[in-house]
Amino acid sequence: MKRLGRRAFLSATLAAPAAAVAQTPGHPLLATPWPDVVAAARGQTVFWNAWGGDDRTNGFIAWANDRVSERYGVRIQHVRLRDTAEAVARVVAEKSAGREQGGSVDLVWINGPNFLAMKEAGLLFGPFVHRLPNARFIDTEGKPATVTDFTVPVEGLAAPWRMAQIVFVYNSATVRDPPRSIPAMLAWARANPGRLTHPTARNFLGATFLKQALYELAPDPSVLLAPATDTAFAAATAPLWAWYDALRPHLWRSGRQFPDNGPAQRALMNDGEIDIMISFNPSEASTAIANGQLPPSVRTFVLERGTIGNASFVAIPFNAAHKEGAMVVANFLLSAEAQAHAQDPRVLGSVSVLAIHRLPPEERARFELLPRGIATLADSELGRPLPEPHPSWMTRIVAEWERRVAR
Amino acid sequence: MTRGARQRGGPLRAAPLVTLALFLGPILAGLAGTALPAFGLLPALGGEQLSLAPWGTLLDAPGFATSLRLTVTTGFAATLLSLGLVVAFCAACHDRPLFRRAQSVIAPMLATPHAAVAIGFAFLVAPSGLLARLLSPWATGWTRPPDIATVNDRSGIALIAGLVLKEVPYLLLAALAALNQVRAQALMRAARTLGYGPVTGWLKVVFPLVYAQIRLPVYAVLAFSLSVVDVAMVLGPGTPPTLAVLAIRWFSDRDLSLWFPASAAALLLGCVVVASIAVWHAAELFVGRIGRRWVESGRRGGAGRSASFLATGALGVVIALSLASLGVLALWSLAGPWRFPDALPGGLTLETWRAQADALAAPLRATVAIAALATLAAVALALLCLEAEARFGLSPGARALWLLYTPLLLPQLAFLFGLQVLFVRAGIDGTLGAVVWAHLLFVLPYVFLALADPWRAMDPRLARTAAALGAGPWRVFLGVKLPLMLRPILTAAAIGFAVSIGQYLPTLFAGAGRITTLTTEAVTLAGGSDRRIVGAYALMQALLPLVAYAAATAAPPLVWRNRRGLAVA
Repeated sequence: MKRLGRRAFLSATLAAPAAAVAQTPGHPLLATPWPDVVAAARGQTVFWNAWGGDDRTNGFIAWANDRVSERYGVRIQHVRLRDTAEAVARVVAEKSAGREQGGSVDLVWINGPNFLAMKEAGLLFGPFVHRLPNARFIDTEGKPATVTDFTVPVEGLAAPWRMAQIVFVYNSATVRDPPRSIPAMLAWARANPGRLTHPTARNFLGATFLKQALYELAPDPSVLLAPATDTAFAAATAPLWAWYDALRPHLWRSGRQFPDNGPAQRALMNDGEIDIMISFNPSEASTAIANGQLPPSVRTFVLERGTIGNASFVAIPFNAAHKEGAMVVANFLLSAEAQAHAQDPRVLGSVSVLAIHRLPPEERARFELLPRGIATLADSELGRPLPEPHPSWMTRIVAEWERRVAR
Repeated sequence: MTRGARQRGGPLRAAPLVTLALFLGPILAGLAGTALPAFGLLPALGGEQLSLAPWGTLLDAPGFATSLRLTVTTGFAATLLSLGLVVAFCAACHDRPLFRRAQSVIAPMLATPHAAVAIGFAFLVAPSGLLARLLSPWATGWTRPPDIATVNDRSGIALIAGLVLKEVPYLLLAALAALNQVRAQALMRAARTLGYGPVTGWLKVVFPLVYAQIRLPVYAVLAFSLSVVDVAMVLGPGTPPTLAVLAIRWFSDRDLSLWFPASAAALLLGCVVVASIAVWHAAELFVGRIGRRWVESGRRGGAGRSASFLATGALGVVIALSLASLGVLALWSLAGPWRFPDALPGGLTLETWRAQADALAAPLRATVAIAALATLAAVALALLCLEAEARFGLSPGARALWLLYTPLLLPQLAFLFGLQVLFVRAGIDGTLGAVVWAHLLFVLPYVFLALADPWRAMDPRLARTAAALGAGPWRVFLGVKLPLMLRPILTAAAIGFAVSIGQYLPTLFAGAGRITTLTTEAVTLAGGSDRRIVGAYALMQALLPLVAYAAATAAPPLVWRNRRGLAVA
């Protein structure tokens, strides 16, 4: 049980009290006036490490590159990761090799366990978010996930750039009445064997599928907001595993194979292999219809007892070679222009992190002009998102899933 | 030789040693850099004392036993099948006209990178793939893809098939080259005179000689199949995966303490490969003993018409699947909306290529630059070594050949991780130079092997004549030998170029994410992106080596259009 022992040790370190807020205290850049930051950034190439499995996000990053190159003379080089953990590992490796500056990661798309790991290890530059001019429009009250990531205070060490909330997409041509609760999901899978799956739990979205089920099945969901302990984990997840053991034989490929990630799952839906899929993007269905990635008959539903929501962030590693450029990119991502482009259902369809009503009228207009996709739920139907459990739950769920499934 | 001449020869004389150092140094250092963490030693991560804990973690990993079994079964099955197909084809068809023609079909197939073939093969045989689309619904009744695991299946059948598609051309070319060296036709004439049928005669008389020549390539195929990462990621099972993929997962985990068991897994993989080669070698002796009894039995065998039919058919299927894999990549990259079970896309469009042009440009440039530099370095080193060999009468023994094969017989994983740690220490990870160097380890053996035979077979009288006319050794080298060898040099360069383009792990480890090639991008995207985009990346990756081959074939006649004797093919 060495592996579990190591996991337990890891969780214990994760649960340790948060480190001091400033990770790079006294860094001169944190006091540099913004125009000087912009001037210093000119000519830099920002290596933005971001999961590269989704074409639409890749396209958005390419668009951002065009804009910031034109406007600030900053180039974005998208380092396409298979998994965000690769970037964290790279920074840790550089730190252990003594590379305190000139690091190879300038900006990283991050949240959840990866963010916590970097924060705990003191690998982040900042706090820098309050130095970004566009940060004042972030909707910290209406969207608390922009300042608390998976129960972990962000403390200005990462800038939010898109909101995410779990929805389920179904094919209305084959599914008349989609299941709106976790137990109903099991009944539906029994009646429709092979028509439901989820990405492998090693993938962020796949782990979230299990967390979503845990929220509904745990005897007391409030324990999820504290770091997981052995006893709390065993008690809270027992009903989850009972449910999952019953569900798994009725999943696609009898629950022995899983798509690698969300886009792979979407391809299965597009090919008609499955009828229901989980997504982190409320306008996934509309956007995918617009891009020819899903049939026009797909629609969206959520669970009656609510779904998990979170925010995506960008963070700057402590040893990033191009911090000024990274700050300029983070600031651009918070601009009304970038946020409205991302929220366009023909582009990403991801909900903005800004408080739209606080924007100047001409900026607000960018959002008011956006079409609402045919397959997107109204805000009232979507419901207020449930907060993400503490990252330690995710880490443990993934390890336990692997233990049960990989044989 | 005068003192001055000897001094001029000094640096050249060192060429083989320098090459060996450039080539074996990183491998040995990398092996050590992987072996130490496997036993708990990696001070940068707090591994200060010798420990067996990494092995404990590895053995306790969920599904470890399955991973190990899967690695061994897929590796052996792919090698046995590939070798069997090649031997059957040679035995059955060696006297047919199509046999010689096979070579021209096979060479471009060999150039196609593994990843591209694997991705295309998945597009072909997946439940929603082209084959199912062509047959549905009229023949199968499927209006939606069936719930059958035809790729990423738990027993690794798709992985084995994907490997066979690439290993058959490699072994067949090796066998064809060997056939030229063993005077097969004369031997077969004698066998026929003694009344042996064509198939039986070939197996009894020619095959033992050919096998002795292709033994190292067969070992290389075995080692590759056991340790491959990119093909296994695309076609192999995921929960649990093969040992190589498991190690890669741990190497890229955010929890760096997993580097210790990952190193143990990489080292274990190295041991599995060495043990597998030993087992294979033992099996050779065993089969050899049985075979001798069979040979001595004196049975003559028949005309072997059905065997020939079967073997040709099997090879035809392999070739057809390879070509179809590339074809389906092209089709997807040009497809508009294309939903199951439509046999063909609704329309063809350049939209994907237009939309991806900018994104493709950077990895395309990097891929070409890395391949060109690694090839250039490899050709230069190989030429200098061969020239030194000729000028100083050095005679490389059989051991030198084994040295050359080292990077092809060891799993890449076993030393690339250690090499990456060294590169990070030296502060050169993520630089073009580091990636080129890592590629050179795999490009050099192929380039050298391709150049050595033609170089050594060069008619020595031409160089002697030039020397007699007063030309110095370098003038002979540049003015006589290089022009004579233009065609083999270009062929070797094309092979080196293709080998570099196909590399996945060396770029991943040495590139630090900053340098990505079409191969790394295609494998990343293959996880789930739109098939149209994956198709574009993989097709581009597959086309580059073909362009290089075409250029290598087309150049000599153009360059030598005024030198009749050299221009002839």
